[in-house]
Amino acid sequence: MKKDKIIAAILTVTALSAISGLALITIFIFREGMPIILRTGGGEFFLSADWRPRDGSFGIFSMIIGSLAVTAGAMVIGMIFGLGLAIVLTQFAPPSLAAVLKPVVELLAGIPSVVYGFMGVVTLVPLIRNRLGGPGLSVLAASIVLGIMVLPTVTSISVDALQAVPRSFWEGSIALGATRWQTTRMVMLKAARSGIVAAAILGMGRAVGETMAVIMVAGNSIEIPGSILAPTRTLTSNIALEMGYASGAHREALFATGVTLFVIIMILNCVALSVSRRSARERSFR
Amino acid sequence: MRLHPATTERAVVTLLWAMAGITICALAFIIIFILAHGLPHISREFLADSPRSMGREGGIFPMIVGSALVAGLAVLIAAPIGVATAIYLTEYTREGRLTAVIRFGADCLAGIPSIIFGLFGFVFFAIVLGMGLSVISGALTLTLMVLPTIIRTSEEAIRAVPQAYREVSYGVGSTRWQMVTRVVLRSALPGIGTGIILSLGRSISETAAVMLTAGSALRMPQSLLDSSRTLALHFYILSREGISMTNAYATASVLIIAILALNLFAYWLMSRFVARVR
Repeated sequence: MKKDKIIAAILTVTALSAISGLALITIFIFREGMPIILRTGGGEFFLSADWRPRDGSFGIFSMIIGSLAVTAGAMVIGMIFGLGLAIVLTQFAPPSLAAVLKPVVELLAGIPSVVYGFMGVVTLVPLIRNRLGGPGLSVLAASIVLGIMVLPTVTSISVDALQAVPRSFWEGSIALGATRWQTTRMVMLKAARSGIVAAAILGMGRAVGETMAVIMVAGNSIEIPGSILAPTRTLTSNIALEMGYASGAHREALFATGVTLFVIIMILNCVALSVSRRSARERSFR
Repeated sequence: MRLHPATTERAVVTLLWAMAGITICALAFIIIFILAHGLPHISREFLADSPRSMGREGGIFPMIVGSALVAGLAVLIAAPIGVATAIYLTEYTREGRLTAVIRFGADCLAGIPSIIFGLFGFVFFAIVLGMGLSVISGALTLTLMVLPTIIRTSEEAIRAVPQAYREVSYGVGSTRWQMVTRVVLRSALPGIGTGIILSLGRSISETAAVMLTAGSALRMPQSLLDSSRTLALHFYILSREGISMTNAYATASVLIIAILALNLFAYWLMSRFVARVR
């Protein structure tokens, strides 16, 4: 019995490693990044679009806009195709086909992000440059690549949400004479709503946080993009591009960029968690 | 004019299927495109040689070793911690404030972008703990990154083990620990294995975090404190700096084949697990 107590104690301590890791990450990112934000005054750091590390001016406004633009574009593409695919898999595809397609979509999530970026560079970027104009490396290219990358997240969480809707809802609607699409639109999507919202938010988190693929296709110039065909730089790519040679205040500013990203992600995480908790509660009421 | 519901139905279903088709084709296109350009350049020399002139010529052997070391070590450290956490959450406690905190930690960790892990690993492991840009810094950083996946999948696998197994084990007089190790873990093993293999795949694919923590040395790492370039990072550098497109394609093909093989293996394990608990 005594041995069991010791084991229980060891397991409890081990179980705290994830939350300790999170705490360590928070402490160290803030410790490195906060000083420069406090020193320059938050306003200047966040609202100035002037990023010239050599002259000591650090403003990340254009990267905040870049991240927002690219994420918004990715969500449009990721949600339309991701949710569409989830609807096909759960409502229209024969079960045998769905059983094959679902792991295929999950495989999409396993492909390295550098491969997506590379594919964007060799296929998408020349296409945009030749057909639509501009440098090709652009908000649009980054949005499409990121949209494909968030698609598996959106699809697999939406599929789970749609599958969790009780079969009787579907049967009731069909029995009333609704077509399958009417049932999907008016019953299934409504019942699975909070799960789908959680899918969208988690997808958004992935899009905001993606780094290597965006570096490869977004062009990385430090300016507020004027159109979707203009190049842009995101918060993540700013860190990855300059971390290799940064020192002193420059390095602090990159960590401060990380702080900004971290706060955005934590907000998205918390919203997603509370939404998916609500959807679990709704499920348990049924 | 109002469209007849049957007309709408037909239009929407066609549209949805078209979208699903495009998505699947995009996936197939990515894989086939890379393999078609890369496979012809993969030879025994390419896999077994060291790179020459920055990777323009020669092979990728040190990177294969680097990837295997960093990713393998990360999973080797993360797996016991993750499985222990899952055992704690499922078998050793009741839902309460502590489990809520542990779950919150894992969920948040899962959402943090890899570049943030990279920044953290860079200050904490490489500088504060003095490990430098090295295999071990990279591996420890990736450990934190894959931990939530291993916790989540192990927890699901353990929960899927029928309650009756536990009751029978207690019934024949085993302690809780005996019940966990000899009954629950044994039946949950394929499910846990799936999570571990998927984490291995994720570690191999990771680029941003290892770039900031394991560095990009082209040499073969002599110890765990040596810097080492992984396959994914090598591919990124080859293509981004325009060093050699053919070697970039070939490296990407090696990566994709490794990921495909791992995913198929995980899928096979999972289907075995589902068949067993059902």
